[in-house]
Amino acid sequence: MTNKESLGSLFSPLYSIKKMKTILYIIQKEFKQIFRNKGMLPIIFVLPLLQLVILSNAATFEVKNIKFGYIDNDRTSTSRALIEKFNASTYFDVLTDFPSETLSSAAMLRGEVDVVLEIPRHFARDLQTEKHNNLGVTINAIDGAAAGVENVYITQIIQSYNKHIRIDLSQISDAQIQPVIIETIPLFWYNETLNYKTFMVPGILVLLVTMITLFLSGMNIVREKEIGTLEQINVTPIKKSQFIIGKLFPFWVIGMALLSIGLIIAKIIFDVPMVGSLLLMYVYTSIYILVVLGIGLFISNFTDTQQQAMFIAWFFVVIFILMSGLFTPIESMPEWAQLITEFNPIKYYVEVMRMVMLKGSGVMDILPQLIKTLVYAIVMNGLAVWSYKKTT
Amino acid sequence: MGISVSHISKSYKTVKALQDISFDVKPNELFGLIGPDGAGKTTLFRILTTLLFPDEGTAKVAGFDVVADYKEIRKSVGYMPGKFSLYQDLTVEENLNFFATIFGTTIEENYDLIKDIYIQIEPFKDRRAGKLSGGMKQKLALSCALIHKPKVLFLDEPTTGVDPVSRKEFWEMLKRLQQKGITILVSTPYMDEAALCDRVALIQDGKILQIDTPEAIVKHYPKPIYNVRSTDMYQLITSLKAYEYNHSVYPFGEFVHYTDSRADFNPDDLRAYLESIDLFDTQIEKTEATIEDTFMELAK
Repeated sequence: MTNKESLGSLFSPLYSIKKMKTILYIIQKEFKQIFRNKGMLPIIFVLPLLQLVILSNAATFEVKNIKFGYIDNDRTSTSRALIEKFNASTYFDVLTDFPSETLSSAAMLRGEVDVVLEIPRHFARDLQTEKHNNLGVTINAIDGAAAGVENVYITQIIQSYNKHIRIDLSQISDAQIQPVIIETIPLFWYNETLNYKTFMVPGILVLLVTMITLFLSGMNIVREKEIGTLEQINVTPIKKSQFIIGKLFPFWVIGMALLSIGLIIAKIIFDVPMVGSLLLMYVYTSIYILVVLGIGLFISNFTDTQQQAMFIAWFFVVIFILMSGLFTPIESMPEWAQLITEFNPIKYYVEVMRMVMLKGSGVMDILPQLIKTLVYAIVMNGLAVWSYKKTT
Repeated sequence: MGISVSHISKSYKTVKALQDISFDVKPNELFGLIGPDGAGKTTLFRILTTLLFPDEGTAKVAGFDVVADYKEIRKSVGYMPGKFSLYQDLTVEENLNFFATIFGTTIEENYDLIKDIYIQIEPFKDRRAGKLSGGMKQKLALSCALIHKPKVLFLDEPTTGVDPVSRKEFWEMLKRLQQKGITILVSTPYMDEAALCDRVALIQDGKILQIDTPEAIVKHYPKPIYNVRSTDMYQLITSLKAYEYNHSVYPFGEFVHYTDSRADFNPDDLRAYLESIDLFDTQIEKTEATIEDTFMELAK
């Protein structure tokens, strides 16, 4: 056991083979334990994919089935034509004809209607004589986001109605002076139909890969603490690095497997376009999972029970998700919050997945994210290994 | 190549777990650490197995310092914690293989050392460790602690919660391991097991009360001990405790161990006292002191 001996053995191939053997055995042992845990397998593989299927369908910003009520004080063919426009729209369910504003307000208070349109008396006549008129629109804005969307729909319908009514109402003598209408035709690049599933699927895939790998790695080493095996292992000559690599590698593999299954589902069920390189997605994900595993290990170093680890992991996941730009655009956050998102690995992953999948971005396009993630991985794992102590 | 501990102290915040502990374990000795729960046995084990740093003092295990040469110690000691801490979801063989691998060895290489023990659980080698009985779990844990041929073996309360037959078997295994040249430090709260050690240290509240061979410890008991027995044991104990000349009164199985404070004690005086308070059918006879008596006397 002299210094000379250990130095010599450090460089001998035999030593590194032995080292590899130890890591391989730990990996093998981890996989055995994962696959023997009958309760855990469905949690790892089935639940996330269910989530992907359910959330991608459910988490959309489209507002449909808006409960629409109206007060028609005019009761002419012109006013009925306007209401008919709303009826024809797939977004609105035309529900009630309210005789008075008092009744409509009461209905909105009870949550029976989301939008009330009030058509003033002499609507048709005034439109003809004065060429303009006012409509009253009341929107239930308890859910601000939905109210904004509803407002846009209503404006669109009224505008299109407006355009036609002008032509209808104009006198024959005016026919020569056709109104010049400037129309904007929006073109949505990379997601032409503004399909929310196309937008959401890559994002939710990101969530699944992150959550599963973070929770599993965070709880894993704590579990050994709880059952007391860690103490036994700490009294062995095993190296920190061997143990950590052996313990975390299986979760890296699981993360990559989840990505693969998720991509297959995205293609088969949701038919999400995959414009970019699959290889690039895998390369980026392989680095990204290292970040997550580093965070997981870091958490488990500072906790004593799986429960504690779970709560801390949840805390970070919730913040990371809500500040990732997945559900709300980062551009609309206050400046300080935008600054925080710079430290959010999920943000970069969401960006990269959307860029590569939908836009076909190449390595050079995602280079900033790639470098930041790599630095993050090195820092997190460095911290985690440093804080992992074999003594207490 | 044994263990030498000198002036070790360790505190957890305000609790003094160990206070100035010193003792030596000779190579190839079976040394017992005897003391009640909370005496500091596990803390001492954790220091000697390099899991915990002492606040003061130094200790050497197999010739290596527990702080400076902790890496060497981890290669050359076997540790069996008090709580069963193997992988419950791995089989017997997988557990053993796991520990062999992380010690950089194989089961085959050191099979002769664990053979006697492992052979008893080998029929169940494909059974998960969690499904084993208490005695078998303990044999597996011992096999895992021995798989790398340690020079020193640390056993922290190995027989706590184990049935009497398995306990007896376990101590026979320890004796055989000792013959193979392994130094063994074992802790136990059971006083009857102390007699099976070469030497014992009696420990309480982080302090060592006495270190000697079990025979010498018993021999040095200062007073003659009497077994007192009656049909009404409860009445007997309360009466003895009320007796003005009593030195110690401890229930001990079916008897009460009684010592008197007078040098010229005559059992007839005691009998007379007991009869005076209507306890007639009493037996009083002289007996040998046990380690438990010594412990109780020292811990007074």
